[in-house]
Amino acid sequence: MLVSRRWLNEYVDISDIKTDDIARDLPLVGNEIEEITKISSATGLVIGKIVDCEFHPNSDHLHVCKVNVGKEILQIVCGAPNVRKDAYAIVAVDGAVLPNDITIKKTNLRGVESNGMLCSLQEIGIQEKYVPSEFKDGIYLIDGDDSIIGSDALEYLNYDDEVINFELTANRSDLYSIIGMSYEFAAIYNKEISLPDTNYKVCDDSVKNHINLSVQTKNCSIYITKMVKGVTIKESPKFIKSRLMASGVRPINNVVDISNYVMLEYGQPLHFFDSDKLGNDIIVRMAKDREEVVTLDGEVRILDDSDIVIANNKEAVALAGVMGGLSTEVTSDTKNITIEAAVFNPANIRNTSKNILRSEASIRYEKGVNAHATKEAMDRACHLLEKYADAEILDDYVIYSDIDDKEKTIEITKDKICNVLGMNIKTEEISDIFKKLGFKFSLDKNKYLVTVPFRRLDISIKEDLIEEIGRIHGYADMEGTLPHSILKQGGVSPFEEYKVNIRDYLTSINLNETVTYTLTNVEKSKMFTKDVKNCIQVADPLSEDKKITRYSLIPSLIEVCEYNRARNINDVNIFEISNVYYNDNNDIAQKSLCAGLLSGSYINNNISNIKINSDYYLVKGVVEGLLDYLKLNGRYEFVCDNLPKEMHPYMSASIYINKKYIGYIGCVHPNIIDNVYVFELDLDELFSLKIRNIKYKEISKYPSIIKDMAFVVDKDLESSKIMNVIRKNGTSILNDVQIFDVYTGENVLPGKKSIAFKLTFSNINRTLTDEEVMSVFNDIISKVENELGAELRDK
Amino acid sequence: MIDENLIKEVDEAINNISTYDDLNDFRLKYLSKKGSITSLSSKMKELSNEEKREFGYCLNEFKNSVQSRLNAIKEKMDLEYLNKKLESEKIDITLPGTKITKGYIHPLNRVIEEVKEIFISMGYDVKSGPEVENDLYNFELLNIPKSHPARDMQDTFYINEEILLRSQTSPVQIRTMLENKDKTPIRIICPGKVYRRDNDDATHSHQFEQIEGLVVDKNISMADLKGTLEVAMNKLFGDGRKLRFRPSFFPFTEPSVEVDVSCFKCNGKGCNMCKKTGWIEILGAGMVHPNVLRNCGYDPDVYTGFAFGLGVERIAMLKYEINDIRDFYTNDLRFLSQFKYIEKSDDDASK
Repeated sequence: MLVSRRWLNEYVDISDIKTDDIARDLPLVGNEIEEITKISSATGLVIGKIVDCEFHPNSDHLHVCKVNVGKEILQIVCGAPNVRKDAYAIVAVDGAVLPNDITIKKTNLRGVESNGMLCSLQEIGIQEKYVPSEFKDGIYLIDGDDSIIGSDALEYLNYDDEVINFELTANRSDLYSIIGMSYEFAAIYNKEISLPDTNYKVCDDSVKNHINLSVQTKNCSIYITKMVKGVTIKESPKFIKSRLMASGVRPINNVVDISNYVMLEYGQPLHFFDSDKLGNDIIVRMAKDREEVVTLDGEVRILDDSDIVIANNKEAVALAGVMGGLSTEVTSDTKNITIEAAVFNPANIRNTSKNILRSEASIRYEKGVNAHATKEAMDRACHLLEKYADAEILDDYVIYSDIDDKEKTIEITKDKICNVLGMNIKTEEISDIFKKLGFKFSLDKNKYLVTVPFRRLDISIKEDLIEEIGRIHGYADMEGTLPHSILKQGGVSPFEEYKVNIRDYLTSINLNETVTYTLTNVEKSKMFTKDVKNCIQVADPLSEDKKITRYSLIPSLIEVCEYNRARNINDVNIFEISNVYYNDNNDIAQKSLCAGLLSGSYINNNISNIKINSDYYLVKGVVEGLLDYLKLNGRYEFVCDNLPKEMHPYMSASIYINKKYIGYIGCVHPNIIDNVYVFELDLDELFSLKIRNIKYKEISKYPSIIKDMAFVVDKDLESSKIMNVIRKNGTSILNDVQIFDVYTGENVLPGKKSIAFKLTFSNINRTLTDEEVMSVFNDIISKVENELGAELRDK
Repeated sequence: MIDENLIKEVDEAINNISTYDDLNDFRLKYLSKKGSITSLSSKMKELSNEEKREFGYCLNEFKNSVQSRLNAIKEKMDLEYLNKKLESEKIDITLPGTKITKGYIHPLNRVIEEVKEIFISMGYDVKSGPEVENDLYNFELLNIPKSHPARDMQDTFYINEEILLRSQTSPVQIRTMLENKDKTPIRIICPGKVYRRDNDDATHSHQFEQIEGLVVDKNISMADLKGTLEVAMNKLFGDGRKLRFRPSFFPFTEPSVEVDVSCFKCNGKGCNMCKKTGWIEILGAGMVHPNVLRNCGYDPDVYTGFAFGLGVERIAMLKYEINDIRDFYTNDLRFLSQFKYIEKSDDDASK
């Protein structure tokens, strides 16, 4: 909301308040200010009369002018095509500063001295859209007489006005008007309000003789019409033009400008129809489906039954609350005007302007317009039309209204105010604040009965009043306290804690956490999963790449890997813990995943020749370490089945615990990316597994016996099969088994491999005898040989 | 008793020992079975008993002194030898070590952890909820009906008419209040991912992290909100932070405020970070709107509450002076690795 300070000052005298103070004070009562500027920030501009204008001797387009600026006559060289003798122009004299810090100096143009500059409006910082078309390609020529020679040009044109650009909150519809702003300033600076003049003479014809109004929808709460006759269409007076410009509205002609002026002043949008084009019938109704209306901007708008239209006996002539229609437009030939001042349902206008277009009018209707000021705005328009457009005003109004004339009242105690704010504010001050805000009230033993003015649509409950007291009193002297509640311990849920534990583990082994986007493209949402689910698709995506929720985190981690590789960062060891969402039998389901990616080297010191590169066994070790940490040691199984097709088919494995699938690990298929190893675990499944608490197991005081055995087996036999047989037959004295060597090559037949195991035997109560160890040891060997076709090596 | 010449000779020979070979030669010549010193004992049989004792004593003394001198020489030579060996093992201690490092948590989660810790220590529970939400929880029960103009304040990713990607973590507040059947007091924070239909640029992200807080109890006041946030902000941005409440508007709180914290870079004097104002806008907050309490089964005449919400990216960007929000999501390891260090508060929190 752009507010002209001079306009504001007309209704609330704030001439004694410094601009800097406004900038400081207003945000502290809830009205954010983006910036305070001037219509033109130039300095050193005066009005000059061109008393002589000759062709430049050395140029075919420049003129040499003699310009009377009051104190003196300056010789100025000017290149504008419209420069002419006897015209009044804006002169930037020696030392003037134009926007963008251009300083005007005496100079010499093609051998002729030039002591200043004749300015276009653009050159003094007026936006292109405000410049009248006849002055777009030349200097601005001012209407006037010799009395204006030498006066300050910006002051004369009102371009020295300051503009406050407010960023208002959505609830304060009342502030989208100069009058509403005036009330706000009056409350803040404790000033009196004086409202604009709404008086006019009426002629002896009544509008009732001319208009048949029919409101056929509940979405219009008030509709007032009036007519004026015999308007003269011309340029608006300077103050109207400059104030519209300050407010961001382009001046057009006096009549159109007045409708905008009153809207800005009252926050009540008005619409002017050309009476002769409109005819006598005005119907307010909902649009028919696919009904068309051509709006003022010449666009054909196709409507539906949620749009409100104004129609005459033939067709829709305006899109209610949003924009007028072309067929009844006020043009330079217009003589008679039918004025509409109405209030429409904000929800409908919001919907229409969202689908069709947003205008200054619809912005106000969407937020809410005070229907009790509608008539006053109408009168103000009549006053201005009489004064500046020579209009004759018809008597009476044609009115439809179903608004409630009763003002809202709210009961509140001083204690409630003080308790909610946590501040002790005296009764006198509370009363004083209500007075400043223009709220009528009665006070009975600390209990207020407050009458809310119609303009404050945002106030309906006690808490709204508490906020008014809080913001006008200010929060600066509020002393912070802590809630008086029963002391209790705070914490996170066990599942959240589980996730934090997993994160802690993974960072402790040098994996780095990433955070990536949930939304991805359809193709990626189906990758890296053995059971493709339909993920959640957004209705109105920003792009194809952010269209649907992901089902696996791996594609995101691969993107991170690619991003880093492209920047020569080749050692990428990362993980992420995140939720994914999908459709499950028409329900939305969610699960928590933990995924990791390892690529390049994990530990690296070239100088010492220490290098651990990522490979299947590293990623397996990471996952085994994690599962062990989660106390699932000995319960998990790696099986080469059920793999996502994006994984290497012979260098990947699914992980099962108690036959339940909990995720997978392995090498990513080289079709997707080279040398990348990943894992993904379902944390909901992991968390659902019961684990026992830690219980100390006594360590044997007696020496343990270590024995090695090596078998030659088929190359494809999985080591876990041998391991299982060893464990199964190891009896209670077998404490630990480790694989310490896998060998193929010399001395081992092709198609075979040798695997060596280290077995540790011990007993908690005594020293084992060689015989009993050897008996178990030999039994294991024969079982492995018999069950797996293995052959003991180096017998 | 012992030949003076031999003593002199031995003395000279010992003085001339300078290598392990000399030492061995000496041992061979004087102390081996046939060595000149060992063979002295053969004289014993020619002596009387009286003389034997004296001679034996002298010989022993002599041997011992030779032996102890030899020991000293060997010890010295051993030490020299060891030192030479160590010297030969000299390495360039300035070459890089074989680093075993710890991975780092993402800077956004780092901030979340910090905030969690602060509030858990004040008795808050940490709650989470689904990111795919019902319009009912994300808007309607938060006093934002379908036609409410406040829906313009945030453009939302809808899945269908009723389902959306949550645009704030407030639905977790709603769920917590609704689930609390006994309508007892509540003190929670809810961190999590939220989504808005913004095109990504340096200051906007269609996905970001938010932390909201909610306290519902009897006699909760705005001063309680201020005091609570003062504790949190001083912990997060260092001691001496002041707070400023600016009135604002949110549909789910009344009164509502924007909360500024005094600039922690210039201490309120005015700098580029606070745009010369001395204040940095940090979060939105307010007193829970009575409609929201009522919607969730709490009687607004009995209970009041406060709520606040802060953007994790904003906190991280301010704290670490990061200029582009997209940096959090591209996960350039050169970016992430800058957040692997500890930070140390210079004041003692236990005081």
